[in-house]
Amino acid sequence: MTKPLDVARIRRDFPILQRTVRDDRPLVYLDSAATSQKPFQVIDAESDYYRSCNAAVHRGAHQLAEEATDAYEGARAKIAGFVHGRPEDLVFTKNATESLNLVAYAFSNGAAKAQHGDDAIDPRFVIGPGDSIVVTQMEHHANLVPWQEVCAKTGATLRWIGVDDDGRLDLRDLSTIIDESTKVVSVVHQSNLLGTINPVSELMAHARAVGALGIVDACQSIPHMPVDVNELGADLVAWSGHKMLGPTGIGMLWGRPEVLEAMPPFITGGSMIETVFMDHSTYAAPPKRFEAGTPMVAQAVGVAAAVDYLDALGMDAVEAHEHVLTGYALEQLRNVPGVRIIGPQDDHARGSAVSFVVDGLHPHDVGQFLDDHGVAVRVGHHCAWPTCRRFDVPATTRLSTYIYNDTSDIDVAVDGIRAAQKFFGV
Amino acid sequence: MNVESLYQEIILDHYKNPRGKHPLAEAEGESYQVNPTCGDEVTVQVARDRDGHLHVGYEGQGCSISQASASVMAEMVEGMDVSTADAVRHAFVELMHSKGAVEPDEEVLGDGVAFVGVAKYPARIKCALLPWMALQDAQVKAGIGTEDQGEAR
Ligand SMILES: Cc1ncc(COP(=O)(O)O)c(C=O)c1O
Repeated sequence: MTKPLDVARIRRDFPILQRTVRDDRPLVYLDSAATSQKPFQVIDAESDYYRSCNAAVHRGAHQLAEEATDAYEGARAKIAGFVHGRPEDLVFTKNATESLNLVAYAFSNGAAKAQHGDDAIDPRFVIGPGDSIVVTQMEHHANLVPWQEVCAKTGATLRWIGVDDDGRLDLRDLSTIIDESTKVVSVVHQSNLLGTINPVSELMAHARAVGALGIVDACQSIPHMPVDVNELGADLVAWSGHKMLGPTGIGMLWGRPEVLEAMPPFITGGSMIETVFMDHSTYAAPPKRFEAGTPMVAQAVGVAAAVDYLDALGMDAVEAHEHVLTGYALEQLRNVPGVRIIGPQDDHARGSAVSFVVDGLHPHDVGQFLDDHGVAVRVGHHCAWPTCRRFDVPATTRLSTYIYNDTSDIDVAVDGIRAAQKFFGV
Repeated sequence: MNVESLYQEIILDHYKNPRGKHPLAEAEGESYQVNPTCGDEVTVQVARDRDGHLHVGYEGQGCSISQASASVMAEMVEGMDVSTADAVRHAFVELMHSKGAVEPDEEVLGDGVAFVGVAKYPARIKCALLPWMALQDAQVKAGIGTEDQGEAR
């Protein structure tokens, strides 16, 4: 039995939730899929690091440098443990977008180097005409545009798994989409627009069966449910710190050791090298090979504090809490005439990002009314424009909850939607 | 500051009953503008007649602010001589960038004054400016007036 979340107690840990917005209304924050708020434990951890042991990591022969390095590597171990990985398989980046680009560039760089006679490049990273890359029709732009670029640079073909009317992947023709030509299968675990939780281990198994590398965008899953990277069956998993109570400016990439070992570097320069000569260099072993330049130490410390916070709650409890809120939000929205949910209509295999449209009202206007009620939501295409097109909507309004929300937040939002309908006479 | 100050009656009226929302028969210039953060879209077409008067048509979809702004724009500048239309556009752009500090001149802006509240909502300024940017761009493409390229950006 998991212990239910004590939302009132949790809310006291989040300084920002004490403030008011727009004419002294209490803040109702329903935009955690964009970025989560931060508890004081995370804010303090970051600031304590700067107060007590800030120094450049992995260099310098002084005590501060040692302590800073410990803080950084300790954070790596803690964050890796959170997803049941090993620290040496976890790379720090700027955000999930950079993590995914790091992987995408491994392919275009691999192809370019192989073309110029570098036969040390692992053939899995040599991609070209006749090869295919598979994504889904519900990707965030961060897991779509980099692959479009790889195709443009290498001549590979982009394919995608379609989405059905209920916002689920259409897996009927999977064997014609993922086939012998496929070198990459990169899919979102939980859609930030539709809320759909995809059967990623099944998709990763298909990737493995054809010898393709499997990549999971876990931005919306790791903050919200227990995730074991080994169980996903992926070769590489990307996510961001700022959506899981951590600071901005840090992302993660976990990789299977053997894959990271084979992967060409992305950003190059200091800290990622083994030896450097005027005309060539050799590179450090992962994860350092992928961490050029001075890393984001304070942010790593902040994410480690976020992991402590989430671990204390228990990710099972977090998931259960959000499941209740998701069911409640779907039900309340369904009760409003003129509201149409874009994405799975029921709460099965579904996360807490709930997108909807209101007949006769543009999402921007809905969002404005909610803002007037103190409710923060996201409106627009949520960086998943092709997904909006799939549903023939220019944009949606999206509610997304987290550990500090309860059903009363959803009630305020629904009242705001009704007020907007009334005001615009729709 | 509340939403009622943003959504003035005039804006709602133009949103619900758009004026000038049609393609132009013999367009000399056309511009498609999109607001990539929210997907508002507008295509403005322009032509100039023998007497030097501007003619405008548009198509679009999006939020009330962007679509009402397009309607107000089309209604106002339709049939104006080019330099007057440019002056109206200047005044509207200035109003949007004023953070609410400029008292709009109804003589110049007509129904455009209703957008004064929009200037206080940074996220909506882009919506209101979208059709005016399209107008400017369409004029430039058609070689109709405007020596102030790029200003509405
Ligand atoms: C599913 C998904 N993928 C990728 C991203 C990109 O994350 P970031 O902006 O932190 O790089 C996001 C966040 O917006 C997301 O929701």
